[in-house]
Amino acid sequence: MIDKLPILSLLIWLPIIGALLVIFGSGQKHKGATQWLALITAGATFFLSIWALFEFDSTRYLMQFVEDEPWIESLNIRYSLGVDGFSYPLIVLTSLMTLIVVISSWNNVSNRISHYLAGFLIMGGLMNGVFAATDAILFYVFWEAMLVPMFLIIGIWGGPNRIYATLKFFIYTFFGSVFLLIALIYLGMQAGSFDILAMQQLVMPELDIQKLIFFAFLIAFAVKVPMWPVHTWLPDAHVQAPTGGSVILAAIMLKMGTYGFIRFMLPIVPDASMAMADFMIVLSLIAVGYIGLVALAQKDMKKLVAYSSIAHMGFVTLGLFISFSLVAGKHIDAAIMGIQGGLVQMISHGFISGALFLCIGVLYDRMHSREIADYGGVVNTMPRFAMFFMLFSMANSGLPGTSGFVGEFLVIIASLQVNFWIAAFAGLTLILAAAYSLWMYKRVMFGEIANEQVASLKDLVSRETIVMIILAVMVLAFGLYPAPLLDIMQPSVEHLIDCNLVSKLSPEGMCS
Amino acid sequence: MNESMNFSLITSEIFLLCALCVIMIVDLFQRDKERVLTFTLTQASLIVLFVLGFNSLGAERIISFDGHWVTDELATVLKLSIYAITFLALFYARSFISHRNLMRGEYYLLTLFSVLGMMIMVSANSFLVVYLGLELLSLSLYALVALQRDSSVASESAVKYFVMGGLASGFILYGVSLIYGATGSLLIADVAKHFSENSIGLVGQFGLVFIVIGLSFKFGAVPFHMWLPDIYHGAPSSITAFIASVPKIAAFGMTMRLLSEAFGQSISQWASMILIVALLSVILGNVIAVSQNNLKRLLAYSAIAHIGYFLLGVVPGTQESFSAAMYYIIVYALMTLAGFGIVIFMSSENKEYQKVTDLRGLGRYHPWYALLFSIVMISMAGIPPFIGFWPKLEIFRNLIINGYVVEAIVAIAFSVVGLFYYLRVVKEMYFAEAVDAPEISSSRSLKIAISVNCLLLLFLGLLPDSIYQYCLTAFNLMG
Repeated sequence: MIDKLPILSLLIWLPIIGALLVIFGSGQKHKGATQWLALITAGATFFLSIWALFEFDSTRYLMQFVEDEPWIESLNIRYSLGVDGFSYPLIVLTSLMTLIVVISSWNNVSNRISHYLAGFLIMGGLMNGVFAATDAILFYVFWEAMLVPMFLIIGIWGGPNRIYATLKFFIYTFFGSVFLLIALIYLGMQAGSFDILAMQQLVMPELDIQKLIFFAFLIAFAVKVPMWPVHTWLPDAHVQAPTGGSVILAAIMLKMGTYGFIRFMLPIVPDASMAMADFMIVLSLIAVGYIGLVALAQKDMKKLVAYSSIAHMGFVTLGLFISFSLVAGKHIDAAIMGIQGGLVQMISHGFISGALFLCIGVLYDRMHSREIADYGGVVNTMPRFAMFFMLFSMANSGLPGTSGFVGEFLVIIASLQVNFWIAAFAGLTLILAAAYSLWMYKRVMFGEIANEQVASLKDLVSRETIVMIILAVMVLAFGLYPAPLLDIMQPSVEHLIDCNLVSKLSPEGMCS
Repeated sequence: MNESMNFSLITSEIFLLCALCVIMIVDLFQRDKERVLTFTLTQASLIVLFVLGFNSLGAERIISFDGHWVTDELATVLKLSIYAITFLALFYARSFISHRNLMRGEYYLLTLFSVLGMMIMVSANSFLVVYLGLELLSLSLYALVALQRDSSVASESAVKYFVMGGLASGFILYGVSLIYGATGSLLIADVAKHFSENSIGLVGQFGLVFIVIGLSFKFGAVPFHMWLPDIYHGAPSSITAFIASVPKIAAFGMTMRLLSEAFGQSISQWASMILIVALLSVILGNVIAVSQNNLKRLLAYSAIAHIGYFLLGVVPGTQESFSAAMYYIIVYALMTLAGFGIVIFMSSENKEYQKVTDLRGLGRYHPWYALLFSIVMISMAGIPPFIGFWPKLEIFRNLIINGYVVEAIVAIAFSVVGLFYYLRVVKEMYFAEAVDAPEISSSRSLKIAISVNCLLLLFLGLLPDSIYQYCLTAFNLMG
């Protein structure tokens, strides 16, 4: 039955239609109805994404649930959707995080809640669209359109310095994506269509042109990841965004940058990526090391987690670009491991960073402060919260048994095959991760009760507990048994390595 | 096909002239302060024109009146968009002018006269007829701007507009006379034939330069833009909305007739001139708009930038790029109308809306209109899925295909600057704290007009083909 449904279209449009109902249907006056409508929409979307997961054939690398309709015939732009092992887990993640944001903002947002919820639902649909689009222009449309609701969410519901932060966020990412547009137009011209798969089949005999396209992609996606040195918008945006905005930003939007690497950069310009791999590895190591140190120095909890996100995303880019040397050295298994490690890290970081921002949101709702110095001894008044926060902090520092460990471990093992020192450096920085996560935890949670406000804190209410349990289960499940996730990705990763990471300078050796 | 004296080919123009005479006489006998009958007749004649034009879509190209007149798909599509956008603009104007002692029959008559001028411009096939249409349009617009006699700002703008417009017309006329001297003919077909057989020569080049300057003046492209912000700012808002949008479509038609058809063989000569003008407009327009606090001036500078993008579409000189430019100019007209529509909408009965900051609190107190205005701004910035994105995409695609990659990158980089000031408007509506609710217009026709206009920007953005296919057929590019 499910194969008759246009499942991806539903995943995109259901939340958007739900959002329109939320805005125009119930209005501001019926707060309860608004919230339930949003919850039902987000829940239905998530349910749909899980249901389709059972139909997803994890033995194939080809696009599944394909939809293909003409959209703009005069430009040969098609409304074509499809998912593979790279994108489907991210769609499930998006749907889950949207649901979690809707639940977690239940009583916390008093100002124009219907617009707030509608913003997240629209964004959820558009983000699903980014991951599902197989037409480059369609991808670009979703990629850009998604910025608008985030811009409004940070700007309307954000902190005191929200206007600066949200303009910086929008202009930074827009600046990146205009270069993406130029690259896509050029590739579309060469390939004769805007189909991403056709672009991947393109032979590109000139390395210089490949490099230009590489840099166009790099500007667009590196801003989004964000990689050092174009990361500066992220701490601002995170600190000023409302809790839900931070969660979506960290859990989903950052993943779009690395998704872009996998979908566009690696397969379309492999020779340029190969040539620039060392450069990318250095940038990744700077992100992991230097940004880790920066995180250690933060006094604001949200900023700390924001910097730690940049450091963790460094592992993803490291895993992706280390694979080139591995393929060149015929360590195919290790290359698979590196890319898979990066992918698992993307999913896992989605859960962990989302959960950490929710934890900070829980504290912020009660104390209206994000300064670490304002806290201390919270464990005495909020024991249940302390337990969840502990788990997520541990996961953030890559404790074995949590999902944070799996991805980083795979990446380090893979880089060991290339160069001992890369692996050693990346491994050592795990200590940094432990330091900033656990030190923050110690300062906020342990010790004497710092002040009267902390003494009067109330522990988690059941709504918050539900959210925490969901995320905790995810973190532990993928930490203890990551095999299902790895299995879904396996064929796509193998295909990427066999067919797409080969040289495109001549048609020889390319898969047909 | 070549026919002379076939009056059926100018049915629309004859109809409009007759309608004008009828409306003029009917208006004389009207005592109604609100001029309901004049308004209705004006709109009805636009609808009739639209139907007439729509029926002649797809007809073959016919040259008539001894080569002075051409009826082709380009002219028909441009005329259709002129009618449609004028129709919408008059809805915007209605309540605005009735509060400002502008509700006179002349308002409608002058608008219709300028429409007639534009129709002649886009269908002209000789330099003389182009000039005739241009002057009919320009004189009507000068008078429209001057209509608010008791306002010193408006009168000043009218004088400026007249002087500058006269200068521009003079440039074009002088260029035309040089071309006539070089070729011995005023017919576009003869001129094109002459230049395809002979080299352009010094006199021809001189004439071309003057024509390009005159056109740039009319478009308000840098460095011939000085008049534009003052006049857009000074003219009554409903008139600004009209002169900023519709005449640009006709000016595009004129550009095509003069540059692409008459000077088709010397593309390299004029393309390099246009390229400089276009890039300067994109750069200067976007940069200066950043520092504007008055929404009308902001939109005026953004209009300069938009004209720059549009002219970049003309530069490659292929049929495909012309259709992209045409797409851009039609979409531009629609967006600009909505942009100045905001100004009209925010001007209450006795207050003239000016500052960007006057929009504060709109998001809180009038969320629907804040949403609509955000759509306008984001569409102007060229963010998908709104309509403003697609013509930009087409312009950039044509630039890249024809090897203007660096130019495309410069233009696209400055659209990031553009994003900044468009977002500033959104910022004021949503993020800035407001003390009390901003005043908005209470006119229902205006509310409907602005809702329709802004939603069009969204829906046409979801179905961009709906306009673009007509632009492609206008240049014989559709199967």
